[in-house]
Amino acid sequence: MRTSVVIFPGSNCDQDVIHSVRDTLGCEVNAVWHREERIPEGTDLVILPGGFSYGDYLRSGAIAARSPVMGAVREHAERGALVLGICNGFQILTESRLLPGVLLPNKTLSFICRSCFLSVENTETPFTCLFEKGQVVQFPIAHGDGLFFLPADELEDLENRGGTVFRYVSPRGDGGDEWNPNGSVNNIAGIVNPQGNVLGLMPHPERACEAILGGEDGRLFWRSVASFLEKGSRRHGLQ
Amino acid sequence: MDFSKYGIRKEEFAVAEAALGREPNECELRILGVMWSEHCSYKSTKHLLKHFPVRGPKVVLGPGENAGIVDLGDGLGAAFKAESHNHPSAVAPYQGAATGVGGIIRDILALGARPLASMDGLFFGDIDNRRTGHLSAGIVKGVGDYGNAVGVPTVGGKTAYDSCYNENPLLNAFCIGLVELDKIVSSQTARPGQLVVLLGSKTGRDGIAGAAFASAELSEDAKESRPSIQIGDPFAEKMLIEACLELKEKNLIVSMQDMGAAGITSSSSEVAAKSGVGMKLHFDRVPLRAADMEPWEIALSESQERMLLIIDPEHMEDVSSVARKWELDCAVIGETEEGDDYSIFFHGEKVASLPVSLIGDRCPPIHWPSERPADFETRWNFDLDGLTAPGDWNTTLLSLLGNPSMSPKHWIFDQYDSMVQLNTVRGPGHPVSVLRIKGRDSLIALVFDADPWKCGLDPFRGGAETVARTVRALSVAGAEPLGLTDCLNFPSPEVPGQYWALEECIKGMAAACEALGCPVVSGNVSLYNETKSGAILPTPVVGTVGLIPSPEDCLPSGAWEEGDVLFLVGPCNASLAGSLYIRSLGLPESGRPLEFSGEAEKDFSERAVGTARAKAARSGRALAGGGLAAALAKDSAESGLGARITLGIPTRKDVVLFGEGGARALYAVPMARVPLFKVIWSGYPCLELGRAGGDSLSVEGAFSLTVARIQEIWRNN
Repeated sequence: MRTSVVIFPGSNCDQDVIHSVRDTLGCEVNAVWHREERIPEGTDLVILPGGFSYGDYLRSGAIAARSPVMGAVREHAERGALVLGICNGFQILTESRLLPGVLLPNKTLSFICRSCFLSVENTETPFTCLFEKGQVVQFPIAHGDGLFFLPADELEDLENRGGTVFRYVSPRGDGGDEWNPNGSVNNIAGIVNPQGNVLGLMPHPERACEAILGGEDGRLFWRSVASFLEKGSRRHGLQ
Repeated sequence: MDFSKYGIRKEEFAVAEAALGREPNECELRILGVMWSEHCSYKSTKHLLKHFPVRGPKVVLGPGENAGIVDLGDGLGAAFKAESHNHPSAVAPYQGAATGVGGIIRDILALGARPLASMDGLFFGDIDNRRTGHLSAGIVKGVGDYGNAVGVPTVGGKTAYDSCYNENPLLNAFCIGLVELDKIVSSQTARPGQLVVLLGSKTGRDGIAGAAFASAELSEDAKESRPSIQIGDPFAEKMLIEACLELKEKNLIVSMQDMGAAGITSSSSEVAAKSGVGMKLHFDRVPLRAADMEPWEIALSESQERMLLIIDPEHMEDVSSVARKWELDCAVIGETEEGDDYSIFFHGEKVASLPVSLIGDRCPPIHWPSERPADFETRWNFDLDGLTAPGDWNTTLLSLLGNPSMSPKHWIFDQYDSMVQLNTVRGPGHPVSVLRIKGRDSLIALVFDADPWKCGLDPFRGGAETVARTVRALSVAGAEPLGLTDCLNFPSPEVPGQYWALEECIKGMAAACEALGCPVVSGNVSLYNETKSGAILPTPVVGTVGLIPSPEDCLPSGAWEEGDVLFLVGPCNASLAGSLYIRSLGLPESGRPLEFSGEAEKDFSERAVGTARAKAARSGRALAGGGLAAALAKDSAESGLGARITLGIPTRKDVVLFGEGGARALYAVPMARVPLFKVIWSGYPCLELGRAGGDSLSVEGAFSLTVARIQEIWRNN
């Protein structure tokens, strides 16, 4: 699996993602500077990491969505290849319309960093193919603008097509507002595009890959991607 | 010449005049006013700070640089320092706190270290006070927003509430970074013929003379001080961090200095003074935010996110290209030269010329009169034994746990990214914060703590207790202390009783540092923390750093299991003086804190580290605020298990349960390890308390509460 991590000025989870992917899967990772207009040849997965791209000035992810590298990221996505946006990366994906919806300030209006429980709602994606449907995993969140919002009709479309991949739940997998840290509609934590190759999520799988840091549920996430790519035949016609 | 309006005293003016052979001009006076302020020159405290031990086998760099460095082994060092930003935070809580965090991060960066983690010390007024809500919300958001965006995790800290901080809250920021010992950047290595370079944000009118502002009492109308407040830009700081580290990696920097207090003037003159070179600066080359700034404004602006670099001329093009990549302004503003002259030119005209050595260290020291306040004896002699024991122990314990100074601060630390960088093994909410070092076995353990109430009752004993409790917490977790940094927050030194307290506190801290082999490697003094409505308690805050050889040697707290045997190690003669128990009952703050015993502390530390290394216990917690009762309740809440305790001690139960001070800890030991545990602690007071288990925590003859009830109170605050 060949991974490229885009580094925007202000990215601060770039090294974390690189560490996590490299040390969990033992594969090489390229760092791609935001001024590049091309993604390195042969890249399987492009990751837009978390952080505060361009200081999150204007709106979270808004300036990054218009940076030189994003043209190449869009082409990569349109070819059907994999794009993953974590946290600020998710915000960049919605700002660049590669994913629907918008990420608004948390209902508490404050930044929240804590571990959350998520249920894996869709295991038919390259990012979740090794999980079991409904499996509860623990990934930390750390964001100020994580309230995912879609107008009712679009939300219905999203849910109907299985676009919701992760949802905030209780440790036992139950729903309920008290388990939703930021006020997202339908407790949504992560979504995928209709083609299934572009995933955005607010929680950080890269923060859940080592027991010494408190949990290893994130490893299955990376292994899913690797396993999907090994079966390369499915790379096209994902749906 | 009215020198007093520049904060210059008569004797200081005389020294300047004699050195120059003429009257200093206005620009020079303003420079001296800031450089000779308490904040920059330590004129009231320099001689007191000499009490601190500053050397030790692990000390690589002691006080005097931007931060201290200790040896972590295998060529790696930890650079760390704490600094106060109290006055700005009192006036503009959000920006004051944010720039406090930004400033301390740059201090670490200036040594060429990558910032690894932060902690904060927050001291707020009464929780019911109207101002407290506003100030604490702003300060917490300021700390969080800055640290989160910069990508430096905030992994722990101390928060306390007391009415003495109503008007004058304290914000102390701590930062630690990692540096390879053969790649430390210094502020003392400039040579004649090199370039003086400004990297980072443009210079504006914000924060002019902030250091002088920090060196006086807060005025009644603090709004007038608004121009002294700096505005933080964490995005610019993130760029600055990456740019400086890239410059260091490429060996392009000769010397580097953070531009904190007093801006260009202090950073450049400090580099010149420490390196023994002269300097010529051209202020018309400084990138400005406002076109018409006066030379003295440029000299004293404390605009944030700037770094002063000394560069060899042949490297300048490479430096500029790194700056362009990170979208930072970069300007050559002067050059170093032989001699002792520090001069500033503005459009060709010489506007200031001072001897480097005059600015650096010729400010006359001040020995304020010192006198022990008359009421100390009376307060010490207050008969705490005359207090009646609690009528309802359950209520007493619950009110103790619900006390805002005690309860876990989720509302605060949930706003901090405590995990970014993937090193946080134990974050906020634990008695000790623990970080791993990637690619190595060893862990770094950190504590940031204070006990102003004991310092207020007996500054010597309180100062010693403050240092000792940080080391106790580290030892119980299995860490050996490497060194500490301090923030000395005190009121005006001009009041003899307050100066005495400052002196005594420092002596007490020094005694504990000496006894525990834990030297002071960096620190900061913040005086004049008082307003018309009163002075703060003496509040030395201590950040202590320790090393744990491997993850298996790290002992957790709050990890009881059914059937574990609970032990109290340490003397039972703790004191109610200055305790949370007395404070939460609203009783007079009287009595005398326990005397410091260096021998007992050292003995305790060695046994505690031995316990962790031998894996002789499952869980351990050093006793601190709230005493044994609080430790039992916290461990029980976190373990989700109760315990049945019998105290077979003749001493008063309230003293045993709620008393504080002394080298004591609560341990949970698996049955099979009890003999080993007893061997380690033989010859030291060691009392078997009972067994962990069940769903309620009860102490015979005192309280009995369900674990669920304790958790409810504990978690809801």
